Amino acid sequence: MRHPGVVRPILGTVCSFGLAALVWESFARSGLFAPALTPSVVAIGAALGRMLLDGTLLRHVLYTLYRILAGLALAAAVGLPIGMLMGRFRHVERFFIPLVSVLSPIPSLAWVPVFILWFGLGNTAAIALVFYAATFPIILNAWTGVRSVSRLWIRAAEAMGADERVLFQKVVLPGSMPFVITGLRQAFARSWIAVVGGEMIAATSWGLGWVIFDSKEFLNADVMMASLVVIGILGLAFERLIFQAIERRTVGLWGMVKAVAG
Amino acid sequence: MHHLELRSITFEYATADGPLTALRELSFAVEPSEFLCVVGQSGCGKTTLLNVVAGFLKPTRGAVLLGGKPVTGKGFDRGIVFQDFAQLFPWRTAQRNVEFGLEMKGVPRAEREEVALRFLRLVKLEKFARSYPHELSGGMQQRVAIARALAYNPAVLLMDEPFAALDALTREEMQRLLVDVWRETKKTVIYVTHNVAEAVYLADRIVVLTPHPGTVKAQVRIAMPRPRDTLSVEFLECQREVVGHLGGR
Repeated sequence: MRHPGVVRPILGTVCSFGLAALVWESFARSGLFAPALTPSVVAIGAALGRMLLDGTLLRHVLYTLYRILAGLALAAAVGLPIGMLMGRFRHVERFFIPLVSVLSPIPSLAWVPVFILWFGLGNTAAIALVFYAATFPIILNAWTGVRSVSRLWIRAAEAMGADERVLFQKVVLPGSMPFVITGLRQAFARSWIAVVGGEMIAATSWGLGWVIFDSKEFLNADVMMASLVVIGILGLAFERLIFQAIERRTVGLWGMVKAVAG
Repeated sequence: MHHLELRSITFEYATADGPLTALRELSFAVEPSEFLCVVGQSGCGKTTLLNVVAGFLKPTRGAVLLGGKPVTGKGFDRGIVFQDFAQLFPWRTAQRNVEFGLEMKGVPRAEREEVALRFLRLVKLEKFARSYPHELSGGMQQRVAIARALAYNPAVLLMDEPFAALDALTREEMQRLLVDVWRETKKTVIYVTHNVAEAVYLADRIVVLTPHPGTVKAQVRIAMPRPRDTLSVEFLECQREVVGHLGGR
């Protein structure tokens, strides 16, 4: 093969998706459920095509992505500094550990009623929910990442005259990258849970979670399944195009983690 | 005036059973451009001693003087090379690792690059300037670490068993290279090791430490011209003398 770096992952993806489609198709045709509840692969594809053509899909996707990215950005802006300062300073650690320990096990969806009362239905409640879900994985991983930074690096840098600010910027930050990236990944996964759940309850007429919930009312199983597929594809796209790309250009290049199989 | 002087250094670690004395009333001096080896068995406080000189540990009593002035904390220039290969910054190429100390001094970029390449050439790694540490062998990584510790022209170079984790052949090669580098740069070196032959090969003078607590047992001057023949009678006699002070045979 001339381009093993491109062809192989695509081949792998096609194989695993093909198999999944096959399993679904045999389940759909098994008669275990009424055909209206288990649409065939073709029917799901058709629904997807319809939604694409009339433009509603794009709008749902954009709404959902906007909520996820806004919430995630806020979570990173708050979580990364807190986690890193916790890893570097004992008193910050002592202050935040109880708060984080109490708040992080509460499922984000448990906050939906509270956030609806505070923010009303709509974007703000959904973004707040994503923010809540995403912040803790980011804090916990940044905290661990900073503590995992080798003492040798710190000592070497200090010997060469690095002060606390430089140490943070040029040693602690890059040194904690493997964990920071892991934290962002986990946060992203949790954001989907939060946004879809939030949209089901708190959104008004736009967003993938809302479509799934709304289709139930009209027994539109094909639209429901199509939306699920879209969420999956978006997740895959982010993993491949963003997280793996960042990893390859940073911690993979530096030999701090093993590169993802091409 | 001595270049670097340790004046009756005592260091106690706090333990659950009260203070544990790692170093007691330890004194010696190092002259400009001198290559000093500190030899002792493991547990004799060699690394503690180096950490005190480096400013990572504050002595319980006594003082470290550089050019007659007491050294406090981490604020003075010294290059350090550790035993562990993992001391290099994995996210920086060999050249950028060597540039780190120069960045701290605010040296402009073009000059940094030039100096870094000069020191990589000194350790014969100029071809690997753009390689990341994980792409280099252990011996090469230690050479980068030496270049990094020298590039910003510290007052003293501290080395903590830098070649102990290397295989015997690479170690000999590195010792030869280090002697060349030292003669080229005329640095003051404090080199800690438990390997007597290594100390005799490298040092102008050897400080022998005995353990529990670490104290200076003897100082041996090695006057043999360099490069030294490790199989010569003179070399073996020096080794025997140091081993004698260590309390062996």
